[in-house]
Amino acid sequence: MLTTQQDRLMGEINELVEVHGHDRSALIPILQDIQSRYHAISDFTMQVVADRLEIHPVEVFGVVTFYSFLNEKHHGHFVIRVCRTISCDMAGKDAVAQQLRSDLGIDFGETTSDGRFTLEWANCIGMCDQGPAMLVNDHVLTHVTPERVHDILAACEKTFGPHTPQSDEEHTL
Amino acid sequence: MTIRNNMTLSSVEKNKGLAAAMKMEPAGVIGIIRGSGMKGRGGAGFPTGAKWHFAASAKGERKFVVCNADEGEPGTFKDRVLMDEWPDLIFEGMTIAGYAIGAQEGILYLRGEYTYIRKALEECLAKRREENLLGNHVLGNSNFSFDIHIHMGCGAYVCGEETALIESLEGYRGEARNRPPFPVNTGLNGMPTIVNNVETFAWTSAILVNGADWFKAIGTSKSTGPKMLSISGDVECPGVYEFPMGTTVNDVLDAAGCDCAKAVIIGGASGHCLPPAEFSRAICYEDISTGGAVIVFGPDRDMLDVAESFLEFFADESCGQCTPCRIGNVKLLEGVRMLKCGKCSTNCLRDLCALGETMQCASKCGLGQSSPNAFLSIVRHFKNEILGRACTAAES
Repeated sequence: MLTTQQDRLMGEINELVEVHGHDRSALIPILQDIQSRYHAISDFTMQVVADRLEIHPVEVFGVVTFYSFLNEKHHGHFVIRVCRTISCDMAGKDAVAQQLRSDLGIDFGETTSDGRFTLEWANCIGMCDQGPAMLVNDHVLTHVTPERVHDILAACEKTFGPHTPQSDEEHTL
Repeated sequence: MTIRNNMTLSSVEKNKGLAAAMKMEPAGVIGIIRGSGMKGRGGAGFPTGAKWHFAASAKGERKFVVCNADEGEPGTFKDRVLMDEWPDLIFEGMTIAGYAIGAQEGILYLRGEYTYIRKALEECLAKRREENLLGNHVLGNSNFSFDIHIHMGCGAYVCGEETALIESLEGYRGEARNRPPFPVNTGLNGMPTIVNNVETFAWTSAILVNGADWFKAIGTSKSTGPKMLSISGDVECPGVYEFPMGTTVNDVLDAAGCDCAKAVIIGGASGHCLPPAEFSRAICYEDISTGGAVIVFGPDRDMLDVAESFLEFFADESCGQCTPCRIGNVKLLEGVRMLKCGKCSTNCLRDLCALGETMQCASKCGLGQSSPNAFLSIVRHFKNEILGRACTAAES
């Protein structure tokens, strides 16, 4: 990482600590914000956060690796989480999952080489009456069919870019 | 359309319960909740009034009210609907609880998967602060100040367990604590804390409006009041239903539109599987206790697929802290896969069942104690179906 990048990251972490506080209870909210901005929580980040909260970096590492929404590995701009629990399974999640694999060219647990999409399984997302269901970042999609997969991905692509505010995502999906 | 039948909560007037509570002593509020006989709607069935009484009598500089909105049990979605439809009643219930136990702060722990609900909840909280339903001197009561904030979960099923939830709130890994001490004495930051389900708080507001006797008149003598059920699977009309406690599985199936169910799982992945012969059993704490998940399986479903799906879930979600749960779920999953390809001996199946029973008594928290339930009940009721399978593609 470039020194300038490191400086910027440290500045952002300092700001987050100001917002959420120095207590241990601020750890997860700080990490959540970093995850959503950078799509990953690097070793360097963990060390800086640990230093600011005056805890051991291993404590931060333990938390990052425990929660499935916090990741050390770089995640795509869009994280697609397909519900794999029984009700969505019975409603046909396998076909949707297979189409996502084909259209993205990656398997579950992987990220596309352009860094746009990550494909993951989710455990029950509480849409059992409207399955198959999946989350695209924070946005929930229900009654997904293999046929809709292409349009969903295309809508994501459209909102991807340095000049597009992230909030637009929700309107286009 | 998720809501499928008449919901009592639609007719409950907002904030009337809170206004009534403000005119009472805190002990009087607890008395009403105790009198209603309400038990926790999360499924464990601990009497709400007793929990509040313990927290009220516990000594602590600060006390906390925590709303458990980490709804992660497979097949459960009634809390999502409650938060969509009646956020005011939930926050009102939390405020009433805060007054009853002498707390100053409430926290709604919302699961990460429900991030999209957060905005509406924050707006509701802001409006309540404006109307003095939260904040300093709630409704002009100079002895009571209370505020609520939302804390986002991070994708961990085990955080639905109350002590794991508290660990997560404190910024740690969501690993369950030993109990006792219970959170009512030593909870968040070591202070007395009550953790209740979303639905419990919503009913609290309704009880304060309609009275304890109204609530008690619904349901059975040991399980009072109405219960929201999340029904999914092979039914015509999946969705959220309200039934009086004590309703039979048959009646639930009739309402949801299913006359050919081969099995019903009550209580989600950690619940029990019932064959048709047991559909006359009642959904209530003294018979089949549930947090509200009802998953229905049609005649063509393979029950081993169901067991495999649930055990994959538990093997993934076990926090790894205690051995019975960390290793046990993986071993049960391997066993189900052996059964699927017809390679499990009868002795091996017996060992798997013994392992399941060991997990039920030796695991540290509710996750490991209840994760073998579905497997054991499927083996018990569908043994003919799962033994002696022909070797299939599952093998390779």
